[in-house]
Amino acid sequence: MLSIKNLHAKIEENQILNGLNLEVKAGEVHAIMGPNGSGKSTLASVLAGREEFEVTDGTVEYLGKNLLALAPEERAHEGVFLAFQYPVEIPGVSTINFMKTAVNQVREARGQQPLDAVSFLSLMKEKMKLVEIDQSLLNRSLNEGFSGGEKKRNEIFQMAMLEPKLAILDETDSGLDIDALRIVANGVNKLRNKNNAIIVVTHYQRLLEYIVPDYVHVLYKGRIVKSGTKELALELEAKGYDWIKDEVAVV
Amino acid sequence: MSTLTETTPLLADILATIKPEAGIRADALAMLEQLGLPGNKSEEYKFTPITRALEKNFAFGDPSRETNISNIGEFLIPDLEGNILVFINGIFSEELSTYNHEELHIKPIDGKEKGFASLADFKSDALVAWNTAAWTSGISLDVSANTEVHKPVILHYINDTTQGDAKSCTRNIIRLGKSSKLTVVEKQDTIGTHAGFSNVVTEGFVEANAELHLYSIQADGGKRFHFGQTTIWQNRDSRVNTFTLTLDGKLIRNNLQLILDGEGCESHMNGLYILQGDTLADNHTVVDHRKPNANSNELYKGVIDGNAKGVFNGKIYVRPDAQKTNAFQSNRNILLSDKATVNTKPQLEIWADDVKCSHGCTTGQLDEEAIFYLQTRGISKETARAMVLYAFALEVVETIPSENLKKYIDAMISERLHKSF
Repeated sequence: MLSIKNLHAKIEENQILNGLNLEVKAGEVHAIMGPNGSGKSTLASVLAGREEFEVTDGTVEYLGKNLLALAPEERAHEGVFLAFQYPVEIPGVSTINFMKTAVNQVREARGQQPLDAVSFLSLMKEKMKLVEIDQSLLNRSLNEGFSGGEKKRNEIFQMAMLEPKLAILDETDSGLDIDALRIVANGVNKLRNKNNAIIVVTHYQRLLEYIVPDYVHVLYKGRIVKSGTKELALELEAKGYDWIKDEVAVV
Repeated sequence: MSTLTETTPLLADILATIKPEAGIRADALAMLEQLGLPGNKSEEYKFTPITRALEKNFAFGDPSRETNISNIGEFLIPDLEGNILVFINGIFSEELSTYNHEELHIKPIDGKEKGFASLADFKSDALVAWNTAAWTSGISLDVSANTEVHKPVILHYINDTTQGDAKSCTRNIIRLGKSSKLTVVEKQDTIGTHAGFSNVVTEGFVEANAELHLYSIQADGGKRFHFGQTTIWQNRDSRVNTFTLTLDGKLIRNNLQLILDGEGCESHMNGLYILQGDTLADNHTVVDHRKPNANSNELYKGVIDGNAKGVFNGKIYVRPDAQKTNAFQSNRNILLSDKATVNTKPQLEIWADDVKCSHGCTTGQLDEEAIFYLQTRGISKETARAMVLYAFALEVVETIPSENLKKYIDAMISERLHKSF
């Protein structure tokens, strides 16, 4: 589904990604871990199409297409979704109204008829249950005055509405207490199936107890320096990141 | 030569067109000569070079031209039944106007009305002095006590510039009796491609417990240059709501002044300017708290694109007697282009000590992070921009109490912001 080869990216004059390789197939969950500043969020941003990042080398192929040539909204039309680490607050735009526009623009791009108000509402009700989110929250201005947990639940709600093929969760666990974490993770697990893939970007192993990954990769200095299964995450939790840094230094 | 005011051929041309008379007109004429027209150092017109603009675009020595407009249908506000009062090139047209003669007492203004020229101060502003000396037409509108006027009064200011430029000074006086209620809408339009200048001074007296809603819709695609002075005096427990929408025009200067001269007054002043091209829109507002226990709330927002220019100046006076005043003011702007500018200045002068006052102004660019966020959900960049800007503007539109006018204004700003969702 996703094939990243030798990806190099910089922001302003800072080179962040230095030859990153990653293969993700449908049905898989990959965790990207790594110390602060290793390039985790940059990877998420580059995949979603954030303009400030410049790809200087390498390729990203997604479902046979050159992902990097697509505008952010075109990536969404193709089924890419980014759950933000810091969801943006937009005063005056309610989640419901903006999701209606989003869902229908995606449908239009896919050559489908727009959903009428009734179908949209029933779809919304169904997805709200997944993330245990209240409609009153969705009527309010997008993320404005939301708690950390509410913002992250709203991200997963949007993911549920858009049914992406490739979801990238950027530090979705940050700022969540254990109950909120469980709700968010349950939502993600219910959305997980053999046709979609999920990349979980996280600093801590905690989230991976709830969203169990098939593969764990360690990102350091803009490259994946170690890959393994979920046991690798436990090892990182126990030993920290220093031994990885040492290993890389030796090589 | 001082640049504070300008002794220009323009002033000489204007003075030559005004016949000397006795009384207020003569006083105002003398004042205009003394003040001169505002120059580029004039504090009140610092960002709005109205004198130069008029000089460049108008020949004030020329006589006014005949017009023969017989139908104003294209300028009516859709789905809004109103009392229609029509001004063509500043002259009130009784024959084009249709209104309820029982609820509204309307006659041509003659300058002998009680309170005439007592509110709009011609001693400090040359453009008010000009109007006071030279007005040629206008109406006196009275609403009797305890009368609720059901349909809004819509003042259509139409410039006919098909034969050449149009220039006018119009003068109105509006009086709301005790516990009466009235909605007034001013709307500007132009027929023709030449420049038009309107100088409109309106004085309003709102008696105890009366309620006035005043809308100004400035979306004239013609070459409109406009100076407006609207001064409203409020007696106790009266309520005044104003909404000023500016979308088009070459140079628009709105002086809007509310005088809260009784206890328990409530005033809301709202404004929205969404500018593009080379439009200049200048809102100078004054809220003058003179008596205790009154509330005022002011919200002006601007979205400025192209070479357009926005100016906001908001004065709040809280006089020594006006204890327990609540006065709030906010001006927020978004600049969409490198050449768009805004000059904003709050000015609070507070002499009373037991008051709650606040003001704030911000100017920024469109939130790119918000646009990106919406894009990642599949929304096109254009739609995302429109969404964020529309939401920004909506806060002001939502203050409009009339559903029909809200719908009309909402449609106009939706079109301007390319709202497609």
